[in-house]
Amino acid sequence: MSILVDHNTKVICQGFTGKQGSFHSEQAIAYGTQMVGGVTPGKGGQTHLNLPVFNTVRDAVRQTGANATMIYVPAAFAADSILEAADAGIEVIVCITEGIPVLDMLNVKAALRANGAKLIGPNCPGIITSGECKIGIMPGVIHQKGRIGIVSRSGTLTYEAVHQTTRLGLGQSTCVGIGGDPIKGLDFIDCLEMFEADPQTEAVILVGEIGGSREEEAAEFIRSNMKKPVAAYIAGRTAPKGKRMGHAGAIIAGSAGTADAKIRALEAAGVVVAQSPAWLGEAVQQAMAAR
Amino acid sequence: MNLHEFQAKQILRSGNINTPRGLAAASADAAVNAASELGGDAWVVKAQIHAGGRGKAGGVKVVKRLDDVRAMAATLLGKPLVTNQNAPDGQPVNQVLVEETLPIARELYLSLLVDRETERIAIVASAAGGMDIEEVAHATPEKVLTETCDPLLGVQDFQCRALAFALELTGEAYKDFCRLLPQLYRVFIANDLSLLEINPLVVTTDNRVLPLDCKMSVDDNALYRRKALAELRDDSQIDVKEAAANAANVNYVALTGNIGCMVNGAGLAMATMDLIQLEGGAPANFLDVGGGATPETVAQGFKIILLDPNVRAVLINIFGGIVRCDVIAEGIIQAVKEVGVKVPVIVRLEGTNAELGRTLLAESGLAILAAESLTHAAKLAVEKAT
Repeated sequence: MSILVDHNTKVICQGFTGKQGSFHSEQAIAYGTQMVGGVTPGKGGQTHLNLPVFNTVRDAVRQTGANATMIYVPAAFAADSILEAADAGIEVIVCITEGIPVLDMLNVKAALRANGAKLIGPNCPGIITSGECKIGIMPGVIHQKGRIGIVSRSGTLTYEAVHQTTRLGLGQSTCVGIGGDPIKGLDFIDCLEMFEADPQTEAVILVGEIGGSREEEAAEFIRSNMKKPVAAYIAGRTAPKGKRMGHAGAIIAGSAGTADAKIRALEAAGVVVAQSPAWLGEAVQQAMAAR
Repeated sequence: MNLHEFQAKQILRSGNINTPRGLAAASADAAVNAASELGGDAWVVKAQIHAGGRGKAGGVKVVKRLDDVRAMAATLLGKPLVTNQNAPDGQPVNQVLVEETLPIARELYLSLLVDRETERIAIVASAAGGMDIEEVAHATPEKVLTETCDPLLGVQDFQCRALAFALELTGEAYKDFCRLLPQLYRVFIANDLSLLEINPLVVTTDNRVLPLDCKMSVDDNALYRRKALAELRDDSQIDVKEAAANAANVNYVALTGNIGCMVNGAGLAMATMDLIQLEGGAPANFLDVGGGATPETVAQGFKIILLDPNVRAVLINIFGGIVRCDVIAEGIIQAVKEVGVKVPVIVRLEGTNAELGRTLLAESGLAILAAESLTHAAKLAVEKAT
């Protein structure tokens, strides 16, 4: 078991024939992901990476039975691509693209609420179920099938968590990079809920950062709804107020969204919070030992 | 990206919104001409910088003679203005806004912003205008009114009425406000704003509603489709190092410590800063070279970090995922040679081919220290910087 994607997931790529789309589709295929085709408007009927290219997501779904997509189209067209995928009935939409205007994402989220599709991202590394299905830009080689679920707002910090849990022999069930944008698809609570219900996942690592209050909400959810141990790390203790730290969503607005407030909330909910990103593996071991 | 008040008000006017009449001026002479053109017997001269707190800092003054317009403009122009909301060395005043004065009866607060919690556009209003809204919200939360709008529907008339009643507006002011709000909403959407703040929104003694001040921030991600707004970028208002980083398309934030940081990924970059502090040091900057670091981005990063004279050591932290660590190591070696880095460089490489990368660094003959782990890297950097 795992969450959201596994070896049965049939994946297409939007922006399939582009540089990014091609490269990461190749990587996904090499990892063993069940890639069934791709979409590039105007190139329908061609073959790329030995897979069929379609003009529309609707065509791709009809002919391949695809139920997941990874989006590598430029920011100006990404919102449209997400809506196209949702309209075609795709269940899991992974949008890697960075830099989508926030007003576009407000509209997308409002439309998705009525549709029910699950969006991961944008501005994220994607999702991977170790040994089964890789949809995204993460390096497959550091992953190992195992017991830890990971949910993170940061790409490279996710790799740290993966690397450390692999080294400790814990391995991962599924890792979800929810992305660094303020308006995004799945959030911490959505993933925590699925990890809690997933038999393969024995413990969870949550990687948050400054900005917004989703970590505080996650803490409340963990306190009231989770039995599995959770470890966390929050980046940005030294970040100054009012400055955007790379991610569009990583900004302390006034007094809201500080790392300290998030750490306090998580600790109060019984989460083991690592002081250093180098101690994520140990933190989850500690959380598991405490049960 | 922030806009100046005079630019924001120009945008309001192009959205058919009434504002006080005013003209921007870049010299004392131009300020006097502006005042003459506006006419009347009193003017307000306002320093144009990308920060609040201008009034308390002496950046806004009402004057009654043209000579005083000249004197005030001459005092402000060409010098930095330090307020309680900007950096210790302030921001340069390159323009002043000369405006007509208004007979003010009440000062309100009004803003529109993208609310990440509700994933809607929030309209925030308060009868306590002219004050820091954060402080009002903290001390007297009941005085802050909020309406949120479904992005697919926009602001509704009932929401305008609800706010107007709550603000106790009557007669013409009530009508003005209910007309103004949908106009502001349209301006917000049409310009891809992330913040539109009017503080204060004034009610005049003849019961009209007008924006006395206006602050606008444009969503950086939308600048590709707002070319006219992108032209209004004013790099004089931001740190020179941050301006250089903007030009190079690198995410950089200047801080006050002495350890320069170069990291791939925003989260890991913040975590690296935190780790330096945990080890007793202080980061000089936040710098994210992007998830896929290349020799070019590394060289670019060095150039920006070394613009800061406080930097005593540079810590490079790269988790090589898709990009191989040996390629990054070669990039670092090449950049250190090319840029002529004089301070110690501590490198932590992890991920694909990390071992090979570390060997390349060790054998380069340059002052590059290859750290064994994240913690070791931070310890080394702190040691070398002190």
